[in-house]
Parts: sequence; structure tokens; C-alpha cells
Amino acid sequence: MAATQRKAVALISGGLDSLLAAKAVMEQGVHVEGINFYTGFCVEGHTHAIRKKDKAKPKRNNALWVAEQLGIKLHIVDVIEEYKDIVINPSHGYGQHMNPCLDCKGFMVKKAHQWIEDNNFDFIITGEVIGQRPMSQRKDTMPVIARESGAGDLLVRPLCAQHLPPTLPEQEGWLDREQLFDFSGRTRKPQMELAERYGFEDYAQPAGGCCFLTDAHYSKKIADLWTSRGERRYELDDIMLLKVGRHIRPKKHFKLIIGREEGENNFLSGYRKMFASIKTTSHAGPLTLIDSVDDELSDEDIELAAQIAARYSQGRTADKVEVEFTDKKGVSKLIEVTPMPVSQLDEAWQV
Amino acid sequence: MSHYTLDAKRLMCPMPVIRTQDKIAELQAGDTLEVMCTDPGALNDIPAWCRINGHEVVSSSEEKGEVIITVKVAAAK
Repeated sequence: MAATQRKAVALISGGLDSLLAAKAVMEQGVHVEGINFYTGFCVEGHTHAIRKKDKAKPKRNNALWVAEQLGIKLHIVDVIEEYKDIVINPSHGYGQHMNPCLDCKGFMVKKAHQWIEDNNFDFIITGEVIGQRPMSQRKDTMPVIARESGAGDLLVRPLCAQHLPPTLPEQEGWLDREQLFDFSGRTRKPQMELAERYGFEDYAQPAGGCCFLTDAHYSKKIADLWTSRGERRYELDDIMLLKVGRHIRPKKHFKLIIGREEGENNFLSGYRKMFASIKTTSHAGPLTLIDSVDDELSDEDIELAAQIAARYSQGRTADKVEVEFTDKKGVSKLIEVTPMPVSQLDEAWQV
Repeated sequence: MSHYTLDAKRLMCPMPVIRTQDKIAELQAGDTLEVMCTDPGALNDIPAWCRINGHEVVSSSEEKGEVIITVKVAAAK
């Protein structure tokens, strides 16, 4: 009689490593399903697709694409709320930017561990490679993830398994350790060779992973948000808006989010009920949202915001530009301003 | 066999997919779910999710920035 088919859940980011790790385990006859966690910081093709110039590029969710290539189910889990605590209070601190990689991986493996208990699966797979990422994928931190997540020896990293102590699936013979791999370091060559062997083409290989928190500019914008608010917190809308537009903070208590092209203007216009906004009326120009800390904008603040907004309109060299200012309640007024000369646009305002 | 609707407007992908997935988990085989979105990415992602999970996309359309996708729920596998 054939042994019971073992079941594993694979953390699927949409990148190459998790694709290969899942495939390596499927090759050994294990039933694999994918799990993908949406934190709000995931680099999604569609977020880029807000920008009109990017629209010609294929839009796809890489995690779904990977699952389809593998022929497995994918469970996408919204962890936006729970994830805030990881970003705001990481017990292991941040990496080079605002990336709490070690806490993040521990969190995701912990969620996967709960999931396998709830769904009667046997073990967990990740695409981690020892020495590949400076914070979470190190010889000394990989056991931390296994331990702190509670997954222990149910956590299998097929791509570098031969560098790690045998896990339960290997000890029990559900997986043949010899058919797992010994990848290490930052080189991508073994992964690319394995992809070729498995017949995968056209896979995603985002630099710095698939998370905005590893991005220097994005991290700077989060830090600015927290500084201006005087507290470390965020809502989903905040972090979505950090991905869009030009962010300029001329005063501590407000910043402008200026659409850089039509796609971004359309996206920003969806937020007009939540923010005061400025639209140039005498000349074509972008939509500008005003994100203020205390909702109270003085006439002076509005004038300053309008001058900056006008600077980014077609009327940037005109003597006067007319703009429509609309407050959060939808009350509008027209004002005329002189666009701010480039020389007066303080570099330090650029977030 | 009932018909349901789901408002996923203003949500960016993959949230419309997640909402669709979670709603379909509550439905019966043969039920239909009409999802309304504003992120055009849903036109790719919801059908991809349906292919993976064996559900059928009955129709999909995009008009004036609004995407409407109707899914017929498959029997649990």
C-alpha cells in the first residue's frame, strides 16, 4: 500500500526562489499548496501600473503566476493589520532601510505554521537561501526564524537544506535530503540553472526582494510620515499613497502629493474626499493632495501649497496661475498665485 | 444557486482577489459572484485566481474605469 501523501504549504512571494523551492518538494511527490501574505508593502505590478507609461508592461500578480506555473492552489492572506506591529516594533530591528526582515520572516512562517495546523498539512517550505539576504537569510538567523515562529523542524528550506540540520520531513523520509540543494550566498546562478532544468522561463527576479520596505526612497517617506505625525503609525491608505506621486513637505504640518502623470492623477482623485486638494484651472496641471496633520490649513499654507502646485503645471513660467482649492468637505474656492520659482523650491522639502 | 455581488472598488490588487477568495469560500457550488473593481489589474488577477482554483469566469468587462467580473463557483475539490 502506498504511503499517505504528505502535504506541505509553500510561502510564495512570486519570485524565483520560492517557485523553485516549491517545485523541488513537488518533485518528491508531496502535495503542495501556496500561501502568500499581503502586507500592503508588496511590490505589485499593478501599483506601478497606476502610472500610465508603465501600462504597456504586462500586469500580473507574480504569486498567482507562480502558482499557475506550478499548478498549485494559492491562498492569499490579508495581514495588513497584524503586520503593522512588525513594521513599527520589530524586536530584531531594521535592516539597511525600514525593512524588518527577520521579524517579517518569523511572522510569515508563524502564520504558515498556524495554517498547517488548521488545515492538517505536514510541513512548511520557504525559498530561503543561506547567505542570500543580509538580515534574515544568514546561518545564525535562519534558526531564529524556525524557533521564534514555532515551526521548528517542520520548516524546510529546500534550496539550502544540505547546509542545515535535517528537518522532520527529512528524518521521517517524507523528503530525500539528497535531492534537496546546497545553494548559498548571493549568486543567482544555481537558481537560474535549476529554473532551466525545471523548464521555467520569464520568472520575476526583483532586486531587493518584493517589498517596498527595502527601498531607500520609500523608507525615507515612511520616516517622514512618522516624524510629522509625532508617532509611529500608519493606515493602508498612507502606505499606498507613499507609492504614488511627488511628495513635498514645505511645512512640518503638511505635505503635498503631486501627481506626476495622468494615471497618478486619476489614482489621487480617488482620495479627494479624504484630503484637501488643488487643481490648476487656468493651465493644465496635476492634481495635488494636501496631507495635513491637524486639518487646519491657514490661508498662508494654502497659498504656499498653491504656488508649489502651480510650479508643476503648464503655467510654471506664467506670471499668474489660477487654482481651485477644495477642502475635505468639498468646499472650493479659486485663488490666483505666482508659481514658485525653482530657485525657491527648497531641496529639503522633497520627501 | 444564488447570485451575489461584491464591491471591491478603490481597492488595489491583490485586495480584490483576496476579497473574492474570501467571499467565494462562503458560497456554494453553482452560485455566482459579481465583483466590481476599479483596479484594472483585477482583469488579470481574478481570472488567474479562478483558473488556479477551478472556478469559472462567466463574464468580464471594463467600462469607464469600472471592471465587472462574474465568477461561477466550482464544487470544492
